[in-house]
Amino acid sequence: MTPRETWQRIAANKIALASIIFLALLILAAAIVPMILPFGYEQQLPDSRLLPPGAKHVIGTDDLGRDILTRVLVGARISLMVAVSVECVVVFLGVTVGLIAGYRGGWIDSLLMRVTDVLLAFPDVLLAILLLGTLGATSSRPETSALLVVVSLGVTGWPPLARLVRGQVVALRQREFVDAARSIGSSHGRILLHHILPNLVSPVIVAVTVDAAGVILAEATLSYLGIGVQRPMPSWGRMINDALDFYKSEPRLVIVPATMLSLTVIALNFLGDGLRDALDPRKTRR
Amino acid sequence: MLRYVLTRLGLAVPTLLAISFLVFFAAYLSPADPVDIILGQRAAPEAKARVRHEWGLDRPPLERYGKYVVAVVTKGDFGRSYQTKEPVTDFIARGFPNTAILAVSALGLALLTGIPLGVIAAIKHNSWIDRFAMAFALLGVATPSFVLAPVLTLVLAVRMGWLPVGGFSLQEGLVDPATFILPTVVLAARSSALIARLTRSAMLDVLSQDFIRTARAKGVRPIGVLFKHALRNALSPILTVAGTTFGYLLSGSFVVETFFTIPGIGNQSITAITARDYPVIQGLALLLAGIFVGVNLLVDILQGFVDPRARVSDQKAI
Repeated sequence: MTPRETWQRIAANKIALASIIFLALLILAAAIVPMILPFGYEQQLPDSRLLPPGAKHVIGTDDLGRDILTRVLVGARISLMVAVSVECVVVFLGVTVGLIAGYRGGWIDSLLMRVTDVLLAFPDVLLAILLLGTLGATSSRPETSALLVVVSLGVTGWPPLARLVRGQVVALRQREFVDAARSIGSSHGRILLHHILPNLVSPVIVAVTVDAAGVILAEATLSYLGIGVQRPMPSWGRMINDALDFYKSEPRLVIVPATMLSLTVIALNFLGDGLRDALDPRKTRR
Repeated sequence: MLRYVLTRLGLAVPTLLAISFLVFFAAYLSPADPVDIILGQRAAPEAKARVRHEWGLDRPPLERYGKYVVAVVTKGDFGRSYQTKEPVTDFIARGFPNTAILAVSALGLALLTGIPLGVIAAIKHNSWIDRFAMAFALLGVATPSFVLAPVLTLVLAVRMGWLPVGGFSLQEGLVDPATFILPTVVLAARSSALIARLTRSAMLDVLSQDFIRTARAKGVRPIGVLFKHALRNALSPILTVAGTTFGYLLSGSFVVETFFTIPGIGNQSITAITARDYPVIQGLALLLAGIFVGVNLLVDILQGFVDPRARVSDQKAI
């Protein structure tokens, strides 16, 4: 299937297309709008605290007089960057472990899968909480804390992908084209790189898209709990936590970041479903 | 069967060791000095040195880890809290009942709402009920508990005044049934949505199979087909997800307990993490890991009762 056909299939799926448009707009807005708006994300305007939505501040200001639109979009940057970085770590670790385990088999396979099982037995967010807690994210600078969030979510998040990749590799290893490649004397490296890896791209893309939604929720949870991205960086989870003293009179402070968070998660889920349908014609969604 | 259970319990040992090792060395690598946490940063150097020696913190890390494991295994001694200096087991024993009640009632609520919702959605496949149920389920998955908690509190407690704002606490005797409702609902929402989605797809799988058609053809009443033939076969995947859901519930309890100020182990963990009370963090990590291993094992054993095909014979025991 050519990329063009894949794209046509996705474009035919209205929900998936809407999700792509939403995510594209979000990325664009997160990249550009904070630069246009005349406020810094940590800039406090003492005389304009808790302003309602208006011409100057489109969705108003928070309790410290900071522009909410600026903060929510800088928060989008953080969510998206954390998600992309974590998925890079997850893909690197998951695909490597899955490839080796599935291709080599034997005791290496057993050992790697045992390690995977051990990590799978523990919910990743919980493990990340414990890791972050001990690594001391709470006392770090905001940038370091974001990096620690990426490390802890990446290191704990790869086992499901490793399982998926291993299963695919075990199935692919027995296919005729791999036998053919081996019979004409291709090296293991060549077989892995040219025959097996390309066949893994679709399932990995689907898995990563859906997983990114989970990562964004996880980052928000960690930041909400105060052990993720630290102040003054405006992570969505942190913004919701900061707003809890005021939400009874100013529910907007919770609802704006919460809506962005939920919409992003929903869009990534729909996009994942759409990609699955588009990339694998045999699987039909019910 | 017994051999299978024993093998699985044997496999739990490396899992728990790995978790404790990971947390122990993450704590060791962190820049904070435990003695500063025990005494405060401004304590006299002599006092610091004395405490360092008393707590065994001047020993090499591998030796400390070894001693920790030996103390846990032989004496059930998980060390003492850096902050309160009381045994970690006492500390956790105070918080655990709160979390247990919360997690178990949330699991019950999630199963009681999720399974019927999924079954109805599957029977009325592609109808508006199905779409509504699945939209509800998606919303449940995409709305984190730290959003649901303030929103429900705002509407049901603050505006309507139907429910109290805070949570419960067993040790303080705050056990008014009304204080359990909001935390349980908030914690159960995500799991309920996950169970509904899974029940629906498991039921759809089963309902399309030949034996369902056969049962209908020979005149079994629809309700009989549903409960005796379809749901029984769908129970196995539902059971699996109920097991993994329990993990989500325990991590979800971190958020719910902090929001409603319920003094359970989730709340204790966050306090311990902010205070860098490493012995408490390690104890909690081991407790949680033990619970997961236990729940997963329980699910696998129950699986055999629900689905005879999954019953493990002694030969197959890994």
